[in-house]
Amino acid sequence: MKNEVHNSHLSAANSQLSVICKNIVKTYNKGEVKAVNAVSFDVQKGELFGLIGPDGAGKTSIFRILTTLLLADSGTARVEGLDVANDYREIRNMVGYMPGKFSLYQDLTVEENLRFFATVFGTSIEDNYELIKDIYDQIKPFNNRRAGKLSGGMKQKLALCCALIHKPTVLFLDEPTTGVDVVSRKEFWEMLDRLKKQGITIVVSTPYMDEATLCDRIALIQNGSIMSIDTPDNIVKSFPKPLFAAKADNIYTLLQDLRSADEVESCYPFGEYLHLTVKTATSDIDSIKQIAGKDTVNGLEVKRIGPTIEDSFIRLMNEDNVKENTKEKADGK
Amino acid sequence: MKTLGFILQKEFRQILRDKTILAMMFAMPIMQLVILPLAANFEVKNVNVAYVDHDHSSYSKELADKIASSGYFKMLGNSSSYGEALEMIEYGTADLVLEIPSGFERNLVREKYQKVNLSVDAINGTKSSLGSVYLMQVIAEFNRNLDVNIKSPNGKTAVPRAKISVKNINWYNPRAEYKYYMVPGILVLLLTLIGGFITALNIVREKEIGTIEQINVTPIQKWQFILGKLIPFWLIGMIVFTLGLLVMYLVYSISPQGGLLILYTFGAVYLIALLGFGLLISTFADTQLQAMFIAFFFMMIFMLMSGFFTSTDSMPDWAIAVSNLTPVTHFIKVVRLIVLKGAEFAQLKRELVYLALFAIALNGFAIWNYRKTT
Repeated sequence: MKNEVHNSHLSAANSQLSVICKNIVKTYNKGEVKAVNAVSFDVQKGELFGLIGPDGAGKTSIFRILTTLLLADSGTARVEGLDVANDYREIRNMVGYMPGKFSLYQDLTVEENLRFFATVFGTSIEDNYELIKDIYDQIKPFNNRRAGKLSGGMKQKLALCCALIHKPTVLFLDEPTTGVDVVSRKEFWEMLDRLKKQGITIVVSTPYMDEATLCDRIALIQNGSIMSIDTPDNIVKSFPKPLFAAKADNIYTLLQDLRSADEVESCYPFGEYLHLTVKTATSDIDSIKQIAGKDTVNGLEVKRIGPTIEDSFIRLMNEDNVKENTKEKADGK
Repeated sequence: MKTLGFILQKEFRQILRDKTILAMMFAMPIMQLVILPLAANFEVKNVNVAYVDHDHSSYSKELADKIASSGYFKMLGNSSSYGEALEMIEYGTADLVLEIPSGFERNLVREKYQKVNLSVDAINGTKSSLGSVYLMQVIAEFNRNLDVNIKSPNGKTAVPRAKISVKNINWYNPRAEYKYYMVPGILVLLLTLIGGFITALNIVREKEIGTIEQINVTPIQKWQFILGKLIPFWLIGMIVFTLGLLVMYLVYSISPQGGLLILYTFGAVYLIALLGFGLLISTFADTQLQAMFIAFFFMMIFMLMSGFFTSTDSMPDWAIAVSNLTPVTHFIKVVRLIVLKGAEFAQLKRELVYLALFAIALNGFAIWNYRKTT
């Protein structure tokens, strides 16, 4: 009853939001380690939202705060209009959480795990069979196998089934595809897409930049801070400079040469190519070749390319580092 | 309540599935109960005596025969010198050296006074102290019955001196058999092991594997989770207790003198206290290895200070205080009182209160700490 009164205070715009995070801060070791630093973001209802960042960026801490497993030091977070600190009981009934580490009972079989999690939510496999059917069908042949004996991909599918069995409104998936083979990863994202179509809000984290484009919106996160939140397209579009890819027979000397050249703003290896931007706004391939020393380098190849999420991420990360460095200098450190 | 049912179902499924743990919980205690009391025996027998006889008289031979026939000693032939006998102690073949000086018989008759030399290997404290006491008793007895003390020189019998003769009767354990003392104690220790160790390890395992995370995001409440853990192990503990009593009856033919009901009442309360102890360990430990070490540390204290091996009465005051602060001490005492002495409830009321206090304190502290950590 109290919650309903509470919810009515929320503005109309907020009622479209499934997850609200405001200035969440979480530190460990008595403030020594800042895991989450004033993170704010919103997730729309029915959205597939991605937290993209490397290991140790603070993704898991954010997930644990949103799933009521961890209390934030400061800031507020709401899931479906409920406060994570005060209304944790209601939240636990309506969210599904799949931790990054496989956390089901390894000594129980596939079916026993699923049945157990269904029953503790007061439901049964049969009641919500429709929701998990696509995924469950793939692991059903192993119904009597112990969960610990499943392959990595199958474990993920079982974990997803268990997270879905009570028909959650919001699904939190913490690095669901880490350590899973390419084919299973692809399948997994297709499953997420189908779940989204059923109206479930999905918050997913991943260290893989290529998976970012599969989300509706993403937040790029690094060292506990969000660097940018937007759709993957917009993030790529906002890349301010022309981006080039270069390669030569000896790619290592090319990298060193380019990095020491004054005109080059940034240069880093990316697959078999080097990606680089220059300080001027030129988009002329020849001038890049000039910088690389086209007459002396064997097998030099330069082309103009469109940036990917990873390029955006590296650029944002470097900008952050520069900002931090200048700030530290200003502080006299 | 329904949720608790599902949790219990899951717990039992897991426990029954782990064949190793299951065997550890049921087969091991029974094996230990069968084997340990036979081996762990504090009665001192077979004390090896090196007898160095410099006198070779009828008296010295008589003494040697008396020692040999007492049943506690093994005579190791005649050593020709004290040095030789001491060497036997150094090699560990002898425990005691009894040296009879030359002129032993003559001095006894003439001077009515003679010293003998007794050297004891004190590495094994119990054996040496009990062995030397036994030996001195034998010598005293020998002394009393010497002809010179009984007969007067001129052939007339002397007036016998007034003697106090002491006869022992061992109450509650007529033949003073060690097993009666050991078996109930071992039964208690095994119960402690199940209740304290396995519960702690089981809960910590959920932490270690991470399953507790998955449980925490479900509507399962903490009390349901805790009860879901404690109830199965309480039941297992009671089954082990029953099996232990059966072994006690079938193998050692010890049947409790007191009522079974009162024995089970104490067992039930004791297990609740122990489960609280296990739960408490699990709130401190993050890994099974940590839990193992914490539990082992306390287990050693419980074993050595609970009056299981050594009587608590002979401990220093501080040790008695520590000993009284462990639930094991009280339960061992109670089980011995009920099984051997047939104590009734009225006599044990205080112990029940102690155990109940332990149960409340340990569980309360555990739950309080559990709340704090998560």
